[in-house]
Amino acid sequence: MSNVATFDTRTEAKIPVESPLAYSYRRSGAPAPTGKSRVVLRERPFLGHLILRGGAIVLDEAVREVLGVSLPGEPQGLVQDADGERSVQWLSPDEWLVIVPGGEEFTLENRLREALGDAHFAISNASGGQTLVELEGEAARELLMKSVIYDVHPSQFPVGKGVTTVFAKTTVILRRPDELRWELVVRRSFADYTYRWLLDAGDEYGIGVKG
Amino acid sequence: MFYIHCPYCGELREEEEFHPKGQAHIARPEDPESCSDEEWGDYLFFRDNPRGIHHELWVHAVGCRKFFNITRHTVTYEILETYKMGEQPRFTAEHPEGRPSQDGVEPAPLREGVRA
Repeated sequence: MSNVATFDTRTEAKIPVESPLAYSYRRSGAPAPTGKSRVVLRERPFLGHLILRGGAIVLDEAVREVLGVSLPGEPQGLVQDADGERSVQWLSPDEWLVIVPGGEEFTLENRLREALGDAHFAISNASGGQTLVELEGEAARELLMKSVIYDVHPSQFPVGKGVTTVFAKTTVILRRPDELRWELVVRRSFADYTYRWLLDAGDEYGIGVKG
Repeated sequence: MFYIHCPYCGELREEEEFHPKGQAHIARPEDPESCSDEEWGDYLFFRDNPRGIHHELWVHAVGCRKFFNITRHTVTYEILETYKMGEQPRFTAEHPEGRPSQDGVEPAPLREGVRA
């Protein structure tokens, strides 16, 4: 194992943590989903986000060993484990985004470092810098069509694809883990903007926010 | 709006995701210390401004964030090809219709960014 200094970025349990959208919920509100809601927004805060950089073959071996899934080698690939809790997404030819349940990221990082040994790689913990927003419902795609420049038609955007693209005036990582759900990985500093944009754009579909 | 093919993402993406970075294939002098002022000035400040085929460096700024090259026609604005860093263009001023392949042997593409 290399001599990189690592530390657990999670605070002790007694220090309260707030999701990047906590301020937005207070300021802009969170309309509860009703029977008429054709799209429902749900934030999945405090997940573990890791950025892996390095050669595909070396990383693939380590990720298989530690996470039990293979690294998506093809551009725009997104793979998940059996229960959909952990995912690995292709971001660039030498960069992948790993999202795991909150609290697992530090152990995972250390195990990956151990498995990778002296290979040429970098792992950075981006958990504090971004959050995951889920869109569900029949109008989710329509809402995205108004917001992102990327073509979200199922023929162009099948399940198991993820892209980094322009969302309104910011950027998001847009992914499609299954038929019904769309996931947006948004930067912390743009979370409020993205949230308010989604509320505004989703108004005509009766957007609801699941707590 | 138009689409540009990113050679790293392997698909056509909106122009809005890209950013131009000037002329491509500018080689840094191998020994800057022994350059004359004129040579160094040419390297730093002077760029081609051709009428016709031009090779440019672009970056997929919102996306994979990789630099790549575009061969573009400065009169028609047509993008003739996009290719990865380290590769050579197929369309050049000498071969506007495309460089003939050398006995079917293409130069081996460099797998940049993937060190494995």
